[in-house]
Parts: sequence; C-alpha cells; structure tokens
Amino acid sequence: MITAEKPLQRKQSDPQPASSIIETRHLIISYGPTVAVDNVSLLFRKNSITALIGPSGCGKSTFLRSINRMNDIIPSARYEGDIIYEDVNLLDKNIDVTALRKEIGMVFQKPNPFAKSIYNNIAHALKFYNIKKKKKLDELVEDSLRKAALWDEVKDRLHDSAYSLSGGQQQRLCIARTLAMKPNVILLDEPSSALDPIANAKIEELIIQLKKHYTIIIVTHNMQQASRISDETAFFLNGHVIEHGETNQLFMNPVQKETEAYISGKFG
Amino acid sequence: MKTISAAENTAKQRLIKTSGKNDRGELRGKIIISIAAFIIILATISITVFLAVKGLQAFVADGVNPITFLTSTNWNPTDDGSSQLGAFPFIFGSLAVTLLSALIAAPIGIGGAIFMTEIAPSWGRKVLQPVIELLVGIPSVVYGFIGLSVLVPFIRDHFPGIGYSLIAGVIVLSVMILPTITSISTDAMASLPDHLRDGSYALGATRWQTIRKVLMPAVMPSLWTAIILGMARAFGEALAVQMVIGNVRDLPSSIFDTTATLTSIITLNMGHTTYGSPENNALWSMGLILLLISFIFIMIVRFLSARRRV
Repeated sequence: MITAEKPLQRKQSDPQPASSIIETRHLIISYGPTVAVDNVSLLFRKNSITALIGPSGCGKSTFLRSINRMNDIIPSARYEGDIIYEDVNLLDKNIDVTALRKEIGMVFQKPNPFAKSIYNNIAHALKFYNIKKKKKLDELVEDSLRKAALWDEVKDRLHDSAYSLSGGQQQRLCIARTLAMKPNVILLDEPSSALDPIANAKIEELIIQLKKHYTIIIVTHNMQQASRISDETAFFLNGHVIEHGETNQLFMNPVQKETEAYISGKFG
Repeated sequence: MKTISAAENTAKQRLIKTSGKNDRGELRGKIIISIAAFIIILATISITVFLAVKGLQAFVADGVNPITFLTSTNWNPTDDGSSQLGAFPFIFGSLAVTLLSALIAAPIGIGGAIFMTEIAPSWGRKVLQPVIELLVGIPSVVYGFIGLSVLVPFIRDHFPGIGYSLIAGVIVLSVMILPTITSISTDAMASLPDHLRDGSYALGATRWQTIRKVLMPAVMPSLWTAIILGMARAFGEALAVQMVIGNVRDLPSSIFDTTATLTSIITLNMGHTTYGSPENNALWSMGLILLLISFIFIMIVRFLSARRRV
C-alpha cells in the first residue's frame, strides 16, 4: 500500500484535496500492446460531478470502467499505478470486486434493463445481497424509483416488463437499480447519448439532484451537458489528461491549446 | 453496356421502364428459384401424404383398432387373420430413450455452452468447438458399434441383465445429441448482448449470479429449442439404438432391461414383411407416428422461437 507515501504534489487545479473520495495516481491501463490510459493522475471530490470529455477512443471510458474494475471482464486488460478510494487501493489483488461494484455503481450508454418486470429489475439486484423479505423489498424498490424520479410514472405498472418503458425511462430504471445498491460513487458512461432531448434533460436534472448524496463521474460527448451539470471537467486525449479543472474555468479559459481546439469543435 | 452518362438523357428516358429486356434475366432467376422451392414443398407434402395413406392402411383395410394399436402391449403379427398389433412398447421405448437421453445431454450440453461462452471464452471455445464438430461427423453406425462392443459388455458385467438395454441406448443417444444441444446453446449464449453482462456485473453480481439470474432467463427459449432439436434427433435415430437396445417386444421393467423403439422395429422388420400384409401396414403406421411426433417437436420449436421475439 502507498498510504505511507507523502501526498503527491498537486496541480494547482485540484481545489480541495481534503475532501477527495477517489484519486488515481499514475494510472496506466493497457489492452495487450495498446495503452488506452497513460499515466493519469486525477482527483475526484466528494459530492461533486466530474465530467470526462474527449474524442472517441481517448481512453475516458476505459478510465471510468477501471474505477469499479469493470475492465476485469476483458482478459487482456492490465493496470499499473494506483486508484485510491477511501485509503484503499482498488487495484489491490484482494479487492472483493462484487462488494466494490456495490459501492461504486455504474450506468451505461445503452439502457440495459434485464428481461424482467420493472419491480424485479430492482428487486433482483437486492436479492444478490440477501434482502428477501417482501416488505423490505417493496420499500427499497419504491425508494430507489423515487430517487430516480421514476416512481410516479411507473407506480401503477410495476409488474410490466421493463422493455415496455421508453428509452429515457429505461435509463432512469437503470439508475434506480444502481441507487438501490446504496452506492457512494456513481459512474455514468454517456448515460443520455442514446436518448432524445427531453429524456436527456430529465436525466441531467436527475444527475444534479443525485449530487447531494453521491459522487458522480460522467463520461460525455456532449460539451453542453458537461458545462451544464459538472463541477469539474477533465479533458482526455490519446490516453492522457490534457487539462483538468473547474468546469467554468476549463470552458471559459482553457489553458492548453488542444483543450481550446476540442471544446470549440475544431477536432474530435 | 451503355456509355451515355445520365446527364445526356432526360429523367423520363432514364427512369421509366421501356422494353422488357432487363426483366428477362430477372424472370429466369425467379423461375429457377421458384422451382427449387416448389420441389422442396412437393417432396415434403408427398412424403407426408404417402406416409399418411400407407400408415392409415392398417386401420382402414386391416381393421386394426387405432386405440388398441396405440395402447396394447401385445405385438404378435401372424400371417393368418389373428394378428395382434399393439405398438405401445415401441412408442414407449422411443419416448423413453428420447426423454432420458435429453435428460443426460441437456445439462452437459448447456454446461459446455456456458463454459465456452462465459467461463473460458478464449481457449474453451478453441478446444471444445473442434471436438463438437468431430462428434457431429462420426456416423451413427460407429456410435452403435462402440456402444455394442464397449458399453453393452460393461453393462452386462456390472449391472443386472444381459447388457443390451434401455440404458445402453440412452447413453449412445446422449453422446449423439450432445453436439446438437451444445452448439445451438453456445450460439444462443454468445449472441446475448454484452450490455446485459455489464449491467449485471456493475451491480456487483458474481459470475455465477450473472449466469444464473440474468443470462439464463434471457436465453431460456433458445436453450429449449436446442434441447427439443436434440430430442428430435434422438427420436429419429434408428441404427445406433437398434444395435444396443436388444429389440424385444416387451415393455422394459427397468432401465437395464431390453426393449425396442419405433425406429429399431421398423428397420428390423421392414425387409422381411410382405408388402401390403397387416404387419407391413402396421410398420407404416409406426412410421406415421414417428412423423407426427416429429411435427410436434417442430411445432414446439416454432412456438418457442415465436415467443423469443417478444
């Protein structure tokens, strides 16, 4: 463990190191010979929204998926460096990834409800953790759906198939499913890129609501979305973080010329 | 080939059909394809009609009671008019070997499919796939021969009975239908979208929970299709079963007892019965039953695949 090490020198853009919940240090992720994420040191503050932006293939999704070890499913994935979450190195061999993914939940680009009823999509995950009492399940399902701002729309048809919902509702169901696990951190991988503008607006509103209780890291291709909802933004390019800082700062006065070129739409 | 560029013609010249010149090639292709389709349909219909006519002969011309035929265990064909033609032992034998072999092959086949797609997708598939293709390629007479020279003596030495038995047929058939079940299940599991797996793992499900609670329910109709197609193959197999099952006309009293199937009785007796005799007609009736039960298998498969689309 590296906890004995002195705190690393921080870039000026890291505003409040004390309240950090996740910190990556010199993180390198490679698939076979391809290096997807190269020496990334980033810090994520508690109860804040951090947006990861950058062109396709720049490593931001790989970076996001490494935080709850979803890349473990890919056999060729290799990690170097550290991801520190509340004093624990998440890349430690002895990490219980199932317990980790409960604390650090994830929502994907494409809504991926299971082929079950709306109710069971949430209850199903709870049953993994041995919550079996009907009353307790009912309570938690309702609670999660309310937090995901979906309850009013589905309360009368909880036992319909999840596939009967619209795309935006399905995505909020997936968020509800993640919230049911009572996570500390939620990773969102382009959560609204497959949705229409109205559904998108609802998801954004929801994400801002969730900030009160959770730390959120969101990958997005949508600059407006990043500037609307995030507190901090990190710009990825070819596996490196080019710039990281407060969102307003980064969008108004980017320091690096690549950042400026990207956010003004010159490439990507 | 015309070399005139589009711009030199008016839209009318370019787009409105004039002569049937281009249509002729189209028509020829259409006729060839239609003939092929027609032959397939005709073959199916004529076999069905022929089998129906021949199969009903025993009931219509020879006065065999259909209920007796289906339920009686008494199979005693004679050349004078006193034949007793009860095919129940053979129907039972066919259904028993089919169901029991599916019972053995389904868990192994589906397990193999899960191993290849979920547990060891890289090397598991590399090793198992050729093995399965090899199993498909082995002719049924070889399976029967191995069963006869290895399995039957083994059962004779270690279990009651003479070795020729229901269980010998079941084991030979399980190995034969294993590749069918495994390959269809593997394709079905592999075609499951990755975002289902992602969704489950991201909730902290273990691999086993993901397989059992998320992937299996999603793929179940396809797995049933795999099992039913395996059963259809087992049900129709004649040669390998005939070599190891003993071919007696009685209901088996245990799985170590000898018995017979519809297919094994047909192949054994078709050659030495007189065409048009009641016994020969009864064999045709058994063929008709085989066909009808195969239709039922196909209907189940179609029903399952229709449900899968919902």
